[in-house]
Amino acid sequence: MKTLNFALAASAAIIAGLYATGASAQEDVKACFVYVGSATDGGWTQAHDIARQELEATLDIETAYIENVPEGPDAERAIERMARSGCTIVFTTSFGFMEPTLKVAAKYPDVKFEHATGFKTADNVATYNSRFYEGRYISGVIAGSISESGIGGYIGSFPIPEVVMGIDAFQLGAQSVNPDFKTKVVWANTWFDPGREADAAKALIDQGVDVLAQHTDTTAPMQIAAERGIKAFGQASDMIEAGPETQLTAIIDTWAPYYIKRVEAVQNGTWESEQSWDGLKDGILTMAPYTNMPDDVKKLAEETEAKIISGELKPFTGPVTLQDGTPWLAEGEEADDGTLLGLNVLVEGVEGSLPKSE
Amino acid sequence: MIVEAILLTIITASTPLVLAAIGELVCERAGVLNLGVEGMMVMGAVGAFTAAHATGSPWIGMMAGMITGAVFSLLFGFLTLTLVANQVATGLALTILGQGLSAMIGEGLVGRPGVKMPSLDIPVLSDIPVIGPLLFDQDIFFYLSIAIVAGVSWFLFKTRRGLVLRSVGDNHASAHALGINVIGIRYLAVMFGGACAGLAGAQLSLVYTPQWSENMAAGRGWIALALVVFASWRPLGVLVGGYLFGAVTIGQLHAQAFGIAVPSQFLSALPYVVTVLVLVIISQNRRMTLINTPASLGKSFVPDR
Repeated sequence: MKTLNFALAASAAIIAGLYATGASAQEDVKACFVYVGSATDGGWTQAHDIARQELEATLDIETAYIENVPEGPDAERAIERMARSGCTIVFTTSFGFMEPTLKVAAKYPDVKFEHATGFKTADNVATYNSRFYEGRYISGVIAGSISESGIGGYIGSFPIPEVVMGIDAFQLGAQSVNPDFKTKVVWANTWFDPGREADAAKALIDQGVDVLAQHTDTTAPMQIAAERGIKAFGQASDMIEAGPETQLTAIIDTWAPYYIKRVEAVQNGTWESEQSWDGLKDGILTMAPYTNMPDDVKKLAEETEAKIISGELKPFTGPVTLQDGTPWLAEGEEADDGTLLGLNVLVEGVEGSLPKSE
Repeated sequence: MIVEAILLTIITASTPLVLAAIGELVCERAGVLNLGVEGMMVMGAVGAFTAAHATGSPWIGMMAGMITGAVFSLLFGFLTLTLVANQVATGLALTILGQGLSAMIGEGLVGRPGVKMPSLDIPVLSDIPVIGPLLFDQDIFFYLSIAIVAGVSWFLFKTRRGLVLRSVGDNHASAHALGINVIGIRYLAVMFGGACAGLAGAQLSLVYTPQWSENMAAGRGWIALALVVFASWRPLGVLVGGYLFGAVTIGQLHAQAFGIAVPSQFLSALPYVVTVLVLVIISQNRRMTLINTPASLGKSFVPDR
């Protein structure tokens, strides 16, 4: 058994060595991606893959990807395979890849790693994320302007800070135009289950919601909204096809500018580990065309977008009161990034409870 | 009004569970444990969506879903009945294969608009308040699910052929000794199960959410499997269990929207908790469990052995 282990270790070392020499022999950058879903899922992973293709075309470099990598022990092997196969930079695009990425990065100091939506870094590991909440604030402004019942519906996936941030931003946006606006939240406890998402949409609509936002990945809620004749917001991708007369706008993840910027940094030798959290102004987050709304609402939405881009408007600025009535942000006080990234409170006007994770 | 709305949603949510479970029930009554329901369902869903998308007809879609499920189940039948492979392992493999294959077939169809199966408005009856829209203004899948449950119940317990099928599930050696074609009957039962699972999948992609997305069965096949045990292999139990499960699933979403302060993770887990509870209660009654469980369930049969 011992000899077998030794033989395996020796051959692994030889193979690794071969790969290493192969990598140093070529000067070109190879960018690799590890996806949690399929490259054509119509949502999160597809957005990353579209950006990968754009990166490949723009910089004329080689790229590679592995799709459907489950979060967990398998992820480490998948990431390591990428690191060993001559990749110069590896993008891992799911929150659950954080620890595996760090582990592999420690073994391959010459390879650069970029982890999407994480918060831990190393010398050769950077993180990146998008300020989705900026788009959700604009959605809220639109919802508050067009809703007749004054009640918006929000389908949540899991009560993690990013989702909570979205709900709060939506409510704050809506409140800015209609102080009495309420947001009803239903947790689907899934990222991806068209049936459950549709059921959640139906439940919300049956309870008087006339504008619907979602933080789950399928177009099912958009379809139900179209069927029931209410308006809705798309998520991660432009979902206009699912509801040509329903979608007001959608938050679109456009990672390409970031990928191009970072790979160029590797080419120039200026790459450094950092924590990037860009938003509308950097083009990493874009809004689908504002449709199916009156002109004045469209104008208001565009103005709001412009103000967020210019930095004049920060969605999380006081006064903000929490759901239970306790004050959170004082007049003019801005929530800092650390607070937002760990956000676990709902603001006043949100109906529904926040399941405590612990 | 809201009660009616909730009930309508429950019917849509329960129908695929009832359809898939009744098919599996017949399969298990014939002594075959097919854990591939999830895979057959998702194959039915992609088959139905593809056909409906290509032809524009939900009816052709429905037929295609049913046929896809039945044909796909033949693979399971061939492996377990003819080649005598292990049923549990083959069933699991069928699910994994179905998920991968359907994703591949449907790759270009993600996000494409689907074709929705219209509801069949039965004149006069559908005008009855509350009951009318619930029972007489539904899509074909609802009527089919009820008809199939009634038909299976009648077939299994009131016909000679039903008795033959049950005897194959209870004691395949004796059935064989009596000159019954055990393998042939099991093939038919497996295909019936596949057709029903395919129909359930078609309901998902034509009624529940008229679209295609990967893995859209999302565990409903596994729930259907649990339902068969839950029902202790009785058709009526499948119907009751399916609706109970649908009701708990929909109920928890409404509870959340009403702002009832119960942790949503608990509410989401509730359907499964209920299943476990009922299984525990049923298994307390050992005599009843033993009477209903097909004695040859999961055992391979080789005529010459």
